[in-house]
Amino acid sequence: MRAWGLIRLYAILVYVFMFSPIAVVLLLAFNNSQFGGFPMQGFSLRWFYKLAENEAIIRAFKTSFSLGLLTALVSTTIGVLASLALVRYKFRGKDLITTVLISPVLVPETVLAVGVLIFLRWLHMPRSFGLLLLGHSIIALPFVVLVVQARLVGIKREYEEAARSLGANPVQTFFQITLPLLMPAVFAGALFAFTISFDNITATIFWRPAGMETVPTQIFGMLRNSVSPEINALGFVMIVITVGVPLIAGGLARYFSRKKI
Amino acid sequence: MSETAREFDRRPWILLAPSLLAITALVVIPMSFILVYSFYENIDLAVDRVAFQFSNWRELLTDNYYHIAIWKTLRLSVIVTVLAAVLGYIPAYFIAMTKFRHKWLLLLLLILPFWVSFIIRTLSWIHIMGNQGAINGLLIWLGLTDQPLAMMFNEFAVIVGFVHVFLPYMILNVYVSLEGIDENLEPAARTLGATPWQAFREVTLPLSLPGLAAGSLLVFVLTGGSYVTPLILGGPNDFMFGNLIYDAVVTELNWPMGATLSFTLLVLLGLVVVLYSRFMGLNQLSKAFG
Repeated sequence: MRAWGLIRLYAILVYVFMFSPIAVVLLLAFNNSQFGGFPMQGFSLRWFYKLAENEAIIRAFKTSFSLGLLTALVSTTIGVLASLALVRYKFRGKDLITTVLISPVLVPETVLAVGVLIFLRWLHMPRSFGLLLLGHSIIALPFVVLVVQARLVGIKREYEEAARSLGANPVQTFFQITLPLLMPAVFAGALFAFTISFDNITATIFWRPAGMETVPTQIFGMLRNSVSPEINALGFVMIVITVGVPLIAGGLARYFSRKKI
Repeated sequence: MSETAREFDRRPWILLAPSLLAITALVVIPMSFILVYSFYENIDLAVDRVAFQFSNWRELLTDNYYHIAIWKTLRLSVIVTVLAAVLGYIPAYFIAMTKFRHKWLLLLLLILPFWVSFIIRTLSWIHIMGNQGAINGLLIWLGLTDQPLAMMFNEFAVIVGFVHVFLPYMILNVYVSLEGIDENLEPAARTLGATPWQAFREVTLPLSLPGLAAGSLLVFVLTGGSYVTPLILGGPNDFMFGNLIYDAVVTELNWPMGATLSFTLLVLLGLVVVLYSRFMGLNQLSKAFG
């Protein structure tokens, strides 16, 4: 049992390693110092006010937000369709198709980003918001497919067959039977896609048109060997959005599903 | 029905079409383009000429600068992968085996870092190890030193940043494979006379190797393809192969060389993936998401 105690201690220390840097950012966001680091010089919200006045950051936030939402929409739509094909139909070359669908994660993102740019160059097309949207959607697609597929396997085909035998056409069956049952996975996939897009920097640095910044590239541009207190406040806001929103959504979903039973 | 079953069924392909089209346009074609472009000739900033010549490849093969970058990338990826495995296995084992009532909380905490912005997690290490970071602040406050210790902007900081960001992938993969092991196996080994350590080493560890391998592959490939972490946490000499690509494309606007380097990185990391799938198959990788 002493061994188990050591294992527990080790696990706790690893959790501390994972979370203390994040906790430090959350803490320093409230530092009343004009520098971004320690020591703490009292509690203050001034950097949040400062942040709210920073037009470049607000613009980056808007860009990231709409990019994330549209990426979620595009990748979830095409991902659900692809998952349906993989789970509900038999066809030749399914293994190969599956590999192709997850290929965007197998290619290093740096290489993917440069490859797309070179193709664009050959087409004489400029970099655009549309490129970021399509690119992010492709990067998110494998994750959406994996999540949706896993859920779809668990939905009994009998429900769909029952609907069909009662006279529903395939489209009606999908929207009235399959999609509602699939909703948790669609939602999870969309959330996943949003986060992937909202967080992406590796490819975004290459793909963004001149003058366009997302939140991560904006932060990257602001980093000059030291971290400004504004970045800490921005980090706080981002963590609250990307961690808080899914947690609250998940918690609410659990609460309501429990209430029904 | 049997008649239609024999016919070519078009429906799955209609459903797959949007995804396959997008992947073809954004992955398949671009990957062939970087090979073609690697033979082009760079004339000036952002000016290149269609050609079939090997000067880019010759430069890559003869210039030591590139070899150092390949070596550094390989070394760093191995170090990060080993550290992630060493740091990650035991917590994964703990989560899988614990009788703790709120195990879901441990799992949630494991997923949580995935939701925290990569760039925030990376730069947070400046707050820990930087001159005005937590460690130096503590040391100065304790009076152990009056000059901050230089811990940032070197290879160590880059390694710490990588391990911190990629560790959850490792723990998650190992956890999934440990969770899939029949929980009666270890007690069975014990009743047959094995010590706890023997039971672990001979039963649990081998059965969890697929998860460890999948986690290692992910961490290795993700590290090997990075360039942002060294830019934020490293010094001027801590460049990886990805940084050379970034320099060629973003700074020097030398597209043919950028293409040559990209193709090289694709092949090097692709070899690792191919080797892995030869032995393990790609199924294990998708399990962690199920």
